[in-house]
Amino acid sequence: MNVTIKINGEDRAVDVAGAESLLTVLRNDLDLPGTKDACEQGECGSCSVVFDGDVVCSCLVMAVDADGSEVTTVEGLGTEDDLHPFQEAMLAEGGVQCGFCTPGVVIAGAHLLEENSQPSEIEIREALSGNICRCTGYGAILRAFETVARGDV
Amino acid sequence: MVEVNLAHHRPSQVISLRRVEALQEVTPSRIGAGATWARLEQGPYRGLAQAARTVGSPQIRAAGTIGGNVGTASPAGDGLPWIAAAEASIEVRSEARGTRVIPWRDFFVGVKRTSLEPDEIITAVLVPDDLPEHEEFAKVGVRNAMVISTVSCLVMRGDDGIRVALGSVAPTPIRATRAEEMINAESSLSDAALDEFARIVSQEVKPITDHRSTEGYRRHAAGVLARRLVERSLR
Repeated sequence: MNVTIKINGEDRAVDVAGAESLLTVLRNDLDLPGTKDACEQGECGSCSVVFDGDVVCSCLVMAVDADGSEVTTVEGLGTEDDLHPFQEAMLAEGGVQCGFCTPGVVIAGAHLLEENSQPSEIEIREALSGNICRCTGYGAILRAFETVARGDV
Repeated sequence: MVEVNLAHHRPSQVISLRRVEALQEVTPSRIGAGATWARLEQGPYRGLAQAARTVGSPQIRAAGTIGGNVGTASPAGDGLPWIAAAEASIEVRSEARGTRVIPWRDFFVGVKRTSLEPDEIITAVLVPDDLPEHEEFAKVGVRNAMVISTVSCLVMRGDDGIRVALGSVAPTPIRATRAEEMINAESSLSDAALDEFARIVSQEVKPITDHRSTEGYRRHAAGVLARRLVERSLR
């Protein structure tokens, strides 16, 4: 089935098969490998994207369900020369180690900061509860939120 | 989707229901099958909102629906004890035979098994209009976020007494009917009565030992949760 998805502001048409996930379409058909493929069962959050205004796991969204929707992936958040403030803060605080969870973390983090520029620690932990990081222990990631909230990036 | 990702199912045809707005409506008598957990966290059903709040993560709650919970019929489905306590029914529909309304007891028939026919879709959970006034939900799991219930419990308390429903302690959601009868025959909810109530709940559930927990722990936790929620409903 042909679907059209507005991805990072640009309409992209793609032919999808059966119950194929949005994640596989992003990575394999649309050349957007920033969204990571890990658990494929919604547990790790590394495939997080913004889907019609909500952060979701793209591995759990059928690509046909995305027809006519708007999706933001990590590629749409910032560029190497013009990073999103939360991406800047993640670099500044050392919130990135192996980097595999990072696209999902910055999608979830940037979304929270856009909805709530001064989140409490509880709100931050809640917003990140679907994103698993095995390296950092989250401390540096939490500090990245504080850095953005203080306006230091 | 998990089953598709793990290659347990490869459906050749799928129908997207995401844009059918009528399936997402939530009213005091009817919960559209497409209502997400994020929506149900907003009410109007207090116990179901508490359960919705414990599902997965923000990502899962934005996408997962009560219809999906009902159709999957996992013993650990977090919305199912509420359905059992509310004596709700499942509304399903096929093109050939129209609408059927199936009481929850007849809908959930085993572990991940329901009486839904292959040509039917789940359209709604139908809610009786005489729900008890108080609803309390809690679940036990190994961590706070992203956890599948080890035991879950929903207590309702109203003019007709106390209702207790539990998840993850039998192939389907169950009501602790013997414990309900015992506590509803008491004139006052003394500590001794609540102890006895918790003991009967523990006896009455039919849990198994699996990779998530043991039978013994689940029996114990079921009694503790049921008692705690009754006490919470009295505050």
